Amino acid sequence: MNLKQLKARVTYQTILLAAYALIASALLGVADLNTRDVIKLRQEEDLKASLVQVVPAELFDNDLVKDAVAVPADSDLGTGETLVYLARKQGEITAAAFQLTAPDGYSGDIKMIMGLNRNGEVLGVRVIAHAETPGLGDKIEVSKSDWILNFNGRSIHNLTVKEWAVKKNGGIFDQFSGATITPRAVVNTIYKGLLFFDKHKSELFN
Amino acid sequence: MLLSEPYKRLASDGLWGNNIVLVQNLALCPLLAVTGTATNGLGMGLATLVVLVMSNGIISLNRHLVPAEVRIPVFVLLIASLVTLVDLCMNAWMHEMHKVLGLFIALIVTNCAILGRAESFASKNSLALSLWDGLVMGAGFTFVLVVLGAAREIVSSGTLFANASLLLGDSFSFLELTLIPNYKGFLLTALPPGGFIMLAFIIVAKRLVDNKRAAKLSQVDVNEAIPEL
Repeated sequence: MNLKQLKARVTYQTILLAAYALIASALLGVADLNTRDVIKLRQEEDLKASLVQVVPAELFDNDLVKDAVAVPADSDLGTGETLVYLARKQGEITAAAFQLTAPDGYSGDIKMIMGLNRNGEVLGVRVIAHAETPGLGDKIEVSKSDWILNFNGRSIHNLTVKEWAVKKNGGIFDQFSGATITPRAVVNTIYKGLLFFDKHKSELFN
Repeated sequence: MLLSEPYKRLASDGLWGNNIVLVQNLALCPLLAVTGTATNGLGMGLATLVVLVMSNGIISLNRHLVPAEVRIPVFVLLIASLVTLVDLCMNAWMHEMHKVLGLFIALIVTNCAILGRAESFASKNSLALSLWDGLVMGAGFTFVLVVLGAAREIVSSGTLFANASLLLGDSFSFLELTLIPNYKGFLLTALPPGGFIMLAFIIVAKRLVDNKRAAKLSQVDVNEAIPEL
């Protein structure tokens, strides 16, 4: 029987399909095994790079990425546990940093990372990932505008609840012309992050 | 020219005559999603080009084994595995580039042009021709993405190749131009509907060029024909 006749048979087609699936799975499995550790390492480097932006280097001498505490799901910060990275200087905890997500951006989630000192004052906030409108909502990125730096030094103690809002809603933070939803989502989520930190401060620092 | 006839014809088809976007109207999903700026268009185009060459090559090598009845699942399987492999390897060993292109690589899976070339070309032609087809089709796609991205970027924000140094390295920062300083911006073209509108203008422009060429050709034919009468 030649190849042409063979190819017309259902058995051949089934086995061929199964063989391709098997080879593809095996290849992907091997690739995953070989890249998993490297990718994890790269992601840790990325995380470290973003942590350094929100926690000043002079505040710590430990490996932030390795020094993380998992705080279980909390009503303030949505579902899932939050990893809190602790900054230590000579063993003493000086600051903490964690990721937080604003679920109510104009188009999807806005992922941020925030660093706080022991008093709960913001050391820095950066947007890590978002899908906001280019030219309008993307002013939350530090590369586009210094708006996000306005949060530095703020806490739930040195501003009232009412002031933790965009100006349109009676707060102190600017909205962008043509885009209010994005900055409002960011302000609200940072405020929630501060409440979250305040609630768990004692357990984190002990 | 060093290229033999079928290669020449493929090149002109891929870049112009049978362009993936302008003529086949394929790959519109990734096209509209990423062409907000010329730089993103270039990134998506290059990533697609690489995957298209590789997928055409693999499909062509397997073309004698795969019967027509199961070719589509086999091709989809091969292409999806290939894209995943490229994604994993880039993430691990070309991480900086992956941070910029990673988004595009995942989007390549939504690009029906890859399966389109596998089905209509690579499954019927030799390895060398298929690789060449992938290269020129990819280049034609990249060309349209960059033109569309540039047009949208200029109208929406008055810049050209913004953030090109993130994609190509610092030595390419000279590409980053601000064409219209203090430009207020025109949001529509940055959004997907603006992508459709701009694409329509580009397709019209291509048709006009083609018509003009055809008219010129027929005129030449007439002139040449006269002495023989």
